[in-house]
Amino acid sequence: MRTLPEPFAGWFAHRGWTPRDHQLDLVEKAEAGRSSLLIAPTGAGKTLAGFLPSLIDLDREKRRRNTPLRDGPHTLYVSPLKALAVDIARNLGAPIAEMDLPITIETRTGDTPQSRRRRQKEKPPDIMLTTAEQVALLISQTDAERYFSELKVVIVDELHSLVTSKRGDLLALCLARLRRYAPGLRTVGLSATVADPDALRAWLMPQDGDPPALSDLIVVEGGAKPDLSILKTDQRVPWSGHMTRWAVGDVYGLIKAHKTTLVFVNTRSQAELLFHELWRINEDTLPIALHHGSLQVEQRRKVEAAMGRNALRAVVCTSTLDLGIDWGDVDLVVHVGAPKGASRLAQRIGRANHRMDEPSKAILVPSNRFEVMECQAALDASYLGHQDTPAINDGAIDVLCQHVLGSAVAEAFDALELYDEIVSTYAYRKLDWETFERVVDFVATGGYALRAYERYQKIRRRKDGRWRISHPAIAQQYRLNIGTIVELASLPVRLVSRKNGVLKGRGPILGQLEEYFLNSLAPGDTFLFAGQVLRLEAVRENEVLVTRTTQTEPKIPYYGGSKFPLTTYLASRVRAMLADPERRAALPDQVKDWLALQGERSRLPKMDELLVETFPRANRHYLVAYPFEGRLAHQTLGMLLTRRLERLGLHPMGFVASDYAIAIWSVGDLSAFFDGKRHTMASLFAEDMLGDDLDEWLADSMLLKRTFRACAQVAQLIERRHPGKEKTGRQITVSTDLVYDVLRSHEPDHVLLRATWADAATGLLDIRRLGQMLARVKHDIVHQRLEKISPLAVPIMLEIGREVVQGEGSETLLAEAADALVQEAMA
Amino acid sequence: MSLDDRRSPYGIGAMTAFSLPGPQAPGRTTRRPRRPAEPLAARLAGIEAVLDPTGALYWPAEGTLVVSDLHLETGSSYARSGQMLPPYDTGLTLARLAEAMARHRPDRVISLGDSFHDRRGAERIAGADRKRLLALTEAAHFIWVTGNHEADSARILPGEVHEAYALGGVTFRHIPTEGTPAGREVAGHLHPAAWVTVRGRTLRRRCFFGCAERLVMPAFGCLTGGLSVADAAFRALWPDPSGTRALLLGQDRVYALPVARR
Repeated sequence: MRTLPEPFAGWFAHRGWTPRDHQLDLVEKAEAGRSSLLIAPTGAGKTLAGFLPSLIDLDREKRRRNTPLRDGPHTLYVSPLKALAVDIARNLGAPIAEMDLPITIETRTGDTPQSRRRRQKEKPPDIMLTTAEQVALLISQTDAERYFSELKVVIVDELHSLVTSKRGDLLALCLARLRRYAPGLRTVGLSATVADPDALRAWLMPQDGDPPALSDLIVVEGGAKPDLSILKTDQRVPWSGHMTRWAVGDVYGLIKAHKTTLVFVNTRSQAELLFHELWRINEDTLPIALHHGSLQVEQRRKVEAAMGRNALRAVVCTSTLDLGIDWGDVDLVVHVGAPKGASRLAQRIGRANHRMDEPSKAILVPSNRFEVMECQAALDASYLGHQDTPAINDGAIDVLCQHVLGSAVAEAFDALELYDEIVSTYAYRKLDWETFERVVDFVATGGYALRAYERYQKIRRRKDGRWRISHPAIAQQYRLNIGTIVELASLPVRLVSRKNGVLKGRGPILGQLEEYFLNSLAPGDTFLFAGQVLRLEAVRENEVLVTRTTQTEPKIPYYGGSKFPLTTYLASRVRAMLADPERRAALPDQVKDWLALQGERSRLPKMDELLVETFPRANRHYLVAYPFEGRLAHQTLGMLLTRRLERLGLHPMGFVASDYAIAIWSVGDLSAFFDGKRHTMASLFAEDMLGDDLDEWLADSMLLKRTFRACAQVAQLIERRHPGKEKTGRQITVSTDLVYDVLRSHEPDHVLLRATWADAATGLLDIRRLGQMLARVKHDIVHQRLEKISPLAVPIMLEIGREVVQGEGSETLLAEAADALVQEAMA
Repeated sequence: MSLDDRRSPYGIGAMTAFSLPGPQAPGRTTRRPRRPAEPLAARLAGIEAVLDPTGALYWPAEGTLVVSDLHLETGSSYARSGQMLPPYDTGLTLARLAEAMARHRPDRVISLGDSFHDRRGAERIAGADRKRLLALTEAAHFIWVTGNHEADSARILPGEVHEAYALGGVTFRHIPTEGTPAGREVAGHLHPAAWVTVRGRTLRRRCFFGCAERLVMPAFGCLTGGLSVADAAFRALWPDPSGTRALLLGQDRVYALPVARR
């Protein structure tokens, strides 16, 4: 039988624990110097397993060595959440103290004070709990090589979530550097269950050609099957909408019937609304709290602490609570709105009942009828244990730009050596030399064809051929602007009071409000934020001043980019359900009847069909298509289709997109035009729309500008912060939108535009998914010419007027607004 | 492989971040064909003005074109501090000025200060941009009003330099007078921009912002950001917002639209 060395074996025994197999496995792998990926469900003791080998090794090392001081840390633990690092420092404190181990453990995050960071450099902790940004900062120090020369292992927590983000790219590049400083460095990835474990295994290893090198793999099988169900209700499930107001009473009933409930929603707006509605009917004044990413940090910490003390009955939360912070005794997870992905759902369910061998209890609450199908599909999926985590994309170019600059900050680099180091990472293994050269050129002078900035070069090639920053100030700038998280422009919200018409007092800051939303508000408007109805009073000195109000019908906050699109996997499950009479029969009556009616009036699409319906309604002509490819891909599709219809002379007037369908309306008669002879639906949906039409639309796309802004900041073309220079007012800052326009018109092939495009293709525009869909359905487009609206079309038609109408360039919108005014004046 | 092949959907499926073609093939333009510009007539600060969509104001009675905050050499100014913005801003801004001058054929051009982004800007402007600027100063008589950014940088350029310039009963200065000015005034400096919400989408545009007595010009520089007309800076100039108007710059029209104030 395998055992742990003392004092660890004794400590486990004293606790009445037996080391689990995967814990012993990891110790063995560490002894053999092997890197490993540990895949385990929540509650499996994953974190302790990750640290155990380090504790054993450090204990042995300290006793062998005379001096307890090392040149640098033995173990780096990197987590995607600051809170997670803090939490783990606390959890590891117990075994270290109880076994009296001579091991120091410290956190280092963005919140760590300068004094402590300095001390950590002189007197490094044995185990450092940190973030990707901090690792990047540390390797940009001139003595990084010595500091990390004794590093033995890097533990990456929540690896599945990290690798699909730019932070993952940043960390991957840092890892390659650390491997050079500390040959023999091991890596350990801790991950929830994923669709493609091999990609994660490869991510953990240095790469050198095909097939990719893989780390060892340890899988802990899932515990008890979750007790998962869909809310049973007497209420009528609405046709459309996302706010799930209809189920508030049921959700409240569930909270009352359980000890502690986590109520997950998909967006911050939904969180605000649901929280508000719950408190409206909270007759027993149960302690129900709110948690989302726009709230002030202190407020969030308070909620987390209250949760830990089991002082709350429920928390309404968004993905900010997805990742593994250890909670008190959550005995129920309610998911309001469809979970949009099977793996995401599994993660969230795991938050309930943090003990592996007991089943977690979770209830899904669909917002509308399509979501009933989606919830049913997710329910099957999570029983089947299917995974639909996103694939790892190629490393982002903007992150690479930042890294190249950081490399020249740390030491003089040789371009070829740095290139070899970069392509040793899994994420950047396909990087070609030409792109790399352009990145270096971009970092040096901006990379423009017009060589105007040679004399301002940020990094310079020295006589010995190595690149180094041209001025020490560049290093300071780099460090201030490190990182990959780009916040949308937002302003703090401060609570004040109004007395006799005068604003008084300086109450607490409640959180951050995005400028986009703010600009749609006028003084006196009310909105929901931080769980309260607030009245906008004024914007002063870059703060939003608000007062509390008793008004009950607030505007709802809009938070950019917080909706997840439906995953490809769930989409295919929903399509399969629509196509299969047996599975339809298992659905609730109201949904079943609705689909049956659709079968009679129009058609239920087969598995690989794209159903397109056209029908007239109130002087307009409508086209509704059901690709089920998620909102982002549908928005892009809508933009492209309206362009085509415009060119065909059908005068489209707008469209709306949901996760399931799109609806376009036009002046021209679509049923008559697409007669299946001269013009077919297949030609309208032909794949070549991804060529020129896409190009043209992108010229004016806000989405692309937003993506560009993030890329420009990450690549440090535009600084978020500048040393010693406070902004003297927003009017002098340069607008990234304008920079984008100039770049696009003068250097369309610029490396940053490429980076933007690559980001958008998989991100906000979801072009890749759209392309796959168009290719899949091209021979299976079924066009139904109808006399009137079909039952399946009702939900998307109801979105018209509720959702933002897309489809027009901003110039057209301006003109339209002006014309409307003229008409109003003349009427 | 032709460009069109590369952008087929099959291509996109197989594309990596490193092999993606740019969003646009080099040498092709995707800008939608522009309609002829339609300037808008408006009475502001006592001037029967023609507002040009480039952000210039033409005063026919005086044969004068007014522009503000050209912020020439913004790119190189940022490049000096390590932010390598595209080096094309000066050329673009001057091209737009040339366009407005060709449209209105003024005898006189008033540049209302911050003509350069920093005080060394006039020394840095070089090559084709310098030639283009000098050609413009030959086509009309230039009045350089000094701003806060460039001090007296423009002194080395042809034309007159003034701290404030009076013409036809209107004072042209860079920074708007606080409170109520003694007479009619046209100023710049604040870079007014306005937001309008149309069908749920919020759009932001630079604008002329003013009333019968005074006017703040939009920034003309092609990289220059804007300050919301809802900002306190504008409230200080117009404690009573009634009578103010925002005229928004579109691509080829100027739009008079109601704007949210706070």
